[in-house]
Amino acid sequence: MEARGIAVTGSAGPGRRLQAASPRYGEKAIKAFLAGCAFLSIATTTAIVISLMIPAVDFFRDVPVGDFLFKTEFAPAQDLFGVIPLVVGTFSVVLWGMLFAIPIGLGAAIYLSEYASPRVRKVVKPVLEILAGIPTVAIGFFGVAFLIPLFQDIWPGTFLGGPPGFYMVGAAGLCIGLMIVPIIASISEDAMSSVPSGLREGAYALGASKMRVATRVVFPAALSGIVASLVLAISRAVGETMIVLLVAGNTPNITFNPVEVVQAMTAFIGVSATGDIAQGTVEYNTVFAVGTLLFVITLAMNLVAIRFVRKYRQVYE
Amino acid sequence: MSGGPEDRYAGPARVGAAGARAATEAALSRQPGGIVLKNRLFRAFLYGAVGVALVGLVALLVDAFIKGQPRLSFDLFTNPASQIADNAGFRQAILGSIYLIGLMVLMVVPVGVGAALYMEEYGKRGSRLNRLIEINIQNLAAVPAIVYGILGLAFIARGPIDMGKILLAGSITLALLVLPTVIIAAREAIRAVPPSIREGSLALGATQWQTIRHQVLPAAVPGILTGVILSVSRALGEAAPLLLFGAALFVTADPQPLEVGWTALPVQIYTLAAQAQPELRELAAAGIIIMLAVLLVMNSFAIWLRNRYEQKW
Repeated sequence: MEARGIAVTGSAGPGRRLQAASPRYGEKAIKAFLAGCAFLSIATTTAIVISLMIPAVDFFRDVPVGDFLFKTEFAPAQDLFGVIPLVVGTFSVVLWGMLFAIPIGLGAAIYLSEYASPRVRKVVKPVLEILAGIPTVAIGFFGVAFLIPLFQDIWPGTFLGGPPGFYMVGAAGLCIGLMIVPIIASISEDAMSSVPSGLREGAYALGASKMRVATRVVFPAALSGIVASLVLAISRAVGETMIVLLVAGNTPNITFNPVEVVQAMTAFIGVSATGDIAQGTVEYNTVFAVGTLLFVITLAMNLVAIRFVRKYRQVYE
Repeated sequence: MSGGPEDRYAGPARVGAAGARAATEAALSRQPGGIVLKNRLFRAFLYGAVGVALVGLVALLVDAFIKGQPRLSFDLFTNPASQIADNAGFRQAILGSIYLIGLMVLMVVPVGVGAALYMEEYGKRGSRLNRLIEINIQNLAAVPAIVYGILGLAFIARGPIDMGKILLAGSITLALLVLPTVIIAAREAIRAVPPSIREGSLALGATQWQTIRHQVLPAAVPGILTGVILSVSRALGEAAPLLLFGAALFVTADPQPLEVGWTALPVQIYTLAAQAQPELRELAAAGIIIMLAVLLVMNSFAIWLRNRYEQKW
């Protein structure tokens, strides 16, 4: 558009070689700078691994790996380093979250992809995207200031050992669920919308009802995308910090009971690193050992999700 | 069933046509009552699912508004944090967030756009190096925020870089956290510029950088900007990684970029919400209203921008 963008370098005679008039050092410098930006992402990954590994290796010099992974008592101040209570804590919150979010998220996805009129879709989808953008500290506040008092009021007597106290796994799960519903809904909806409409029309022509088309044709055809959305959602839930810090309590506990309190892996990291533990002690290194475990779990889940996404792209694109 | 073209036929032909039509319809639309009921129940379940999700969102917003509304005033922005809940405000937290996000944008925009340009314009598509960077970015996007906090603490604040728990270190951490999102959004925007534009520019003798600078980037700016705004709004609400910088402590002095002793809006909200006293929770709710209002404005602007400048080539 601008004349500067067009490099007219005089009349090229017949004998002129097809080479740039100058070595173009500027171009090369720019390319090198841009390459540096791209490599920064690899440097970040390396830095994450280094900053987790060095203290974690120190930790495992003091505490045997077997004790860390399989012992069932966690109290770093008393030299008990079994990580099982934290892992169970994380997954009990995630379990309750998924019990809420899977039906709601998939239901919303099927509705948006198969049932909703374009007009309704145009409204509901952005609203779900807004939900995805709400900071988790606000969702955690909702849990601790609204859901828990609500549960205390409506809890049926001593059901499951209730009524709940000031913190509870179930409410934390519900908040986590609220956080991941948009993830499940939007990725699954993408997968379902990319199922070719020929499949639907074929099923309708054979006399299938709308529900049958949605559940027996579109759902299986989009399954790998749906699985990817669920795995990504679980990985996001496992890594979530603020909600479990605010709502789930902070006591290591091996339970899946929604009324009880637990401490999740992320919550332990958040709490311990905030306090003033001296650098270099085993307690300080515990943070990094737990962080390494968390990193490995979410990384593995993400690799699985990427594989599933690639699978459904291959089928229909 | 009347009113169609068959009205023009008279007598037996009309009766015959109507009969055939009725028979066809009866045969094709006959579905056992069970299927109809099942379809209705399924539809009700779907409406319920969407309804629950929307009700959750609305309840969250309304609850924060009801609880925080009595505390909403301009003093909230200017009053410093205080032990006395009645005149406590978010001055340091808001200033801290502004510094954090401002510095983060300065770092993440050139680096993110640069990385995207390299991958889309210079790197050979499908080459092993490009694939490695791509997979790496996908994985970085899924690393939990608190792990970035560990990175910030052990690599930037201490460890190899060792700049201390200053505000800038927190800002760098947030920049690394949102970098994958910015790169992914910028790549999509750059990829949406059709190759013919580049080829035209190169054919006229422009160098590769001139092509990028004058043709590709201007066309991709709205998409890039949308991605940047969305990452800013994510960083603005992110509290977890900042906890590791000691940002949850009680701060009463205005923050400085190169000094320790700072906090951010979401972190202060967390500190207040974790207390049991109703006045402090009320203050937390007021903070959430401020934060959500800023986020809503930014996200709406991003969506508007996307729709306004979405270019069809």
